[in-house]
Amino acid sequence: MKKEFRLMKGNEALAEAAIRAGCDAYFGYPITPQSEVLEYLSGEAAKRTGMVVLQAESEIASINMVYGAAGTGKRVMTSSSSPGMSLMQEGISYIACGELPCLLVNVQRGGPGLGTIQPGQADYLQAVKGGGHGDYKVITLAPSTVQEMVDFVGEGFELAYKYRNPVLILTDGALGQMMEKVLLPELRPRKTEFEPWGSTGKTPDRERNVIYTLSLQPDVMEQWNQRLQAKYRIIEENETRCELIDCEDADYILVAYGLVARICQKAAHIARDKGIKVGVFRPITVYPYPYAELNKIADKVKGFMTVEMNAGQMLEDVRLAVNGKKPIEFYGRQGGMIPSPEDIFHKLEEKIIGELV
Amino acid sequence: MNEKTMTAEEDLRFEQMLAEESVCTKENIVFDRTDTLIDTNMHYCPGCGHGVAHRLIAEVIDELDIQKDTIGVAPVGCSVLAYNYLNIDMNGAAHGRAAAVATGIKRVLPEKYVFTYQGDGDLAAIGTGETIHACNRGENFLIVFINNGIYGMTGGQMAPTTLPGMKSTTSPEGRDIVTMGSPLKITELIAQLPGTYYVTRTAVNSPVNVRKAKAAIKKSFEYQKLNKGTCLVEIVTNCPSNWKMNPVESNKWLEDNMLPFYPLGDIKKPSN
Ligand SMILES: Cc1ncc(C[n+]2csc(CCOP(=O)(O)OP(=O)(O)O)c2C)c(N)n1
Ligand code: SF4
Repeated sequence: MKKEFRLMKGNEALAEAAIRAGCDAYFGYPITPQSEVLEYLSGEAAKRTGMVVLQAESEIASINMVYGAAGTGKRVMTSSSSPGMSLMQEGISYIACGELPCLLVNVQRGGPGLGTIQPGQADYLQAVKGGGHGDYKVITLAPSTVQEMVDFVGEGFELAYKYRNPVLILTDGALGQMMEKVLLPELRPRKTEFEPWGSTGKTPDRERNVIYTLSLQPDVMEQWNQRLQAKYRIIEENETRCELIDCEDADYILVAYGLVARICQKAAHIARDKGIKVGVFRPITVYPYPYAELNKIADKVKGFMTVEMNAGQMLEDVRLAVNGKKPIEFYGRQGGMIPSPEDIFHKLEEKIIGELV
Repeated sequence: MNEKTMTAEEDLRFEQMLAEESVCTKENIVFDRTDTLIDTNMHYCPGCGHGVAHRLIAEVIDELDIQKDTIGVAPVGCSVLAYNYLNIDMNGAAHGRAAAVATGIKRVLPEKYVFTYQGDGDLAAIGTGETIHACNRGENFLIVFINNGIYGMTGGQMAPTTLPGMKSTTSPEGRDIVTMGSPLKITELIAQLPGTYYVTRTAVNSPVNVRKAKAAIKKSFEYQKLNKGTCLVEIVTNCPSNWKMNPVESNKWLEDNMLPFYPLGDIKKPSN
């Protein structure tokens, strides 16, 4: 399969990208708005590359199947939406502790509870602060286009193996459902080589490989924790990514990720048409968070407004980054409501520009 | 000889002397550690059935010569450290999720031998869903189910398999089936599923039962090559510590109480 352009729905494009990334196994459970990933893969994936596609009995089962399969060193993934991600948290904690590479996808919807099947961003804190128990981190990529839904699959697997860590694509129901033109990558062969640490059967030439997450001695467990933390510091140093859109001359900055960052670009155009210099700061990795880059911008601008589809979750990271240098306002929609560019512009005017001029 | 007065040289001589005079020689040895069982102290309480069950698995792996092709899944429970005793690749699952973890492994490495080793709380309470669905899909692995009627690791709480009237720290007056439910015979339940191929109940309380348990484990590993579905070997065991008995009493109690409720024998035999 060569590179090719296609018009595709976000979820299906992501699924196609998984096949082309040489994914060995996908385990998942239906939930709106991400079921198309499982449906698409249930189609031809097995015939095309021989990958394993299995509908599990729950998200708890899916993530533990991922844990088992990832422990062999194979390229493994799952996807779900908010309530399903909540169920997976214990498993993700085990995967992070056992230092297993795998790809997770959360096509977020609004919550809490059963919430809504409309898009949301309310799982931000769960995703970036370690949603399960214990001190751990999941590298989290936040696509804002269907193209990035595709690209982050391959890049996600790369990062997962580079750091032996789970990688999460944190997207939402709108991106999952919308159709856009995408460039699909070439097909990459599935993994044939074994990882030296993989639990694949102990051959006489090596010691046994055990995937485990327990230490009953606190000093040994602390060393383990410290090893994980050291890895996270390296990830923070090397893998932080963000996009600065029209920020050079901007007086005001909209901070947003994913779908909302795109809407903010339109809001910034409205502002510029009216002669107000607005830029957009878009974190691409939300863990590791681009604190330093955002802090640098704070020296040059008058103020920030964070826009999210939640009650102000990333806002906490924006505050940490800006560290009191400039005022930060917040505009959020919840319940599956998507902010419009006009709303964002008006809020910006009302909350920041009005206050500061 | 007082150790403190021995020089290193004398010490060595003494060792050699012992070795020379030892009655255990290669020729006359009748019982030894099997290769796949690691030469280390086990953390299990004296007289506990877990150790015997481990040994049986190790013996079968050695007899079938499948060490390099076998991946085990350890549970959360007293046998959480099973991977410290078996010299094979292993994976420590979260509490109750061993059957899902084994599914993940077996699906990506279908040519390998995969087994889970789980207690009753792990398999029949928190992990009931994973157990039933793995068996219903007919995943081609072996489940070794250790039924001691109690939560050993966490200190003797009631298990799904605790007998009616049996005391535990959370049923101090004895299990009241009206409010706490009846013991779950999950093995009989699983035998109903078309996905299972061989389902049997064994015990390790006597030499003859140990031999039968081993035969069941061995058959199950052999069946795995046929790709015919899940095999489950239940082993009814004791928990002297939490039953608050010495090992001999606990085996007697097992015979008098557990085995009448959990009768031994094949529940589902291969059909072909
Ligand atoms: C999610 C979760 N809940 C609870 C526990 C605590 N826990 C550890 S072992 C165990 C029960 C073990 O009993 P069983 O499976 O019967 O095995 P045994 O110790 O008797 O061999 C429990 C409840 C846990 N580790 N994880
Ligand atoms: S607590 Fe019970 S099951 Fe656990 S090791 Fe001791 S005797 Fe065995």
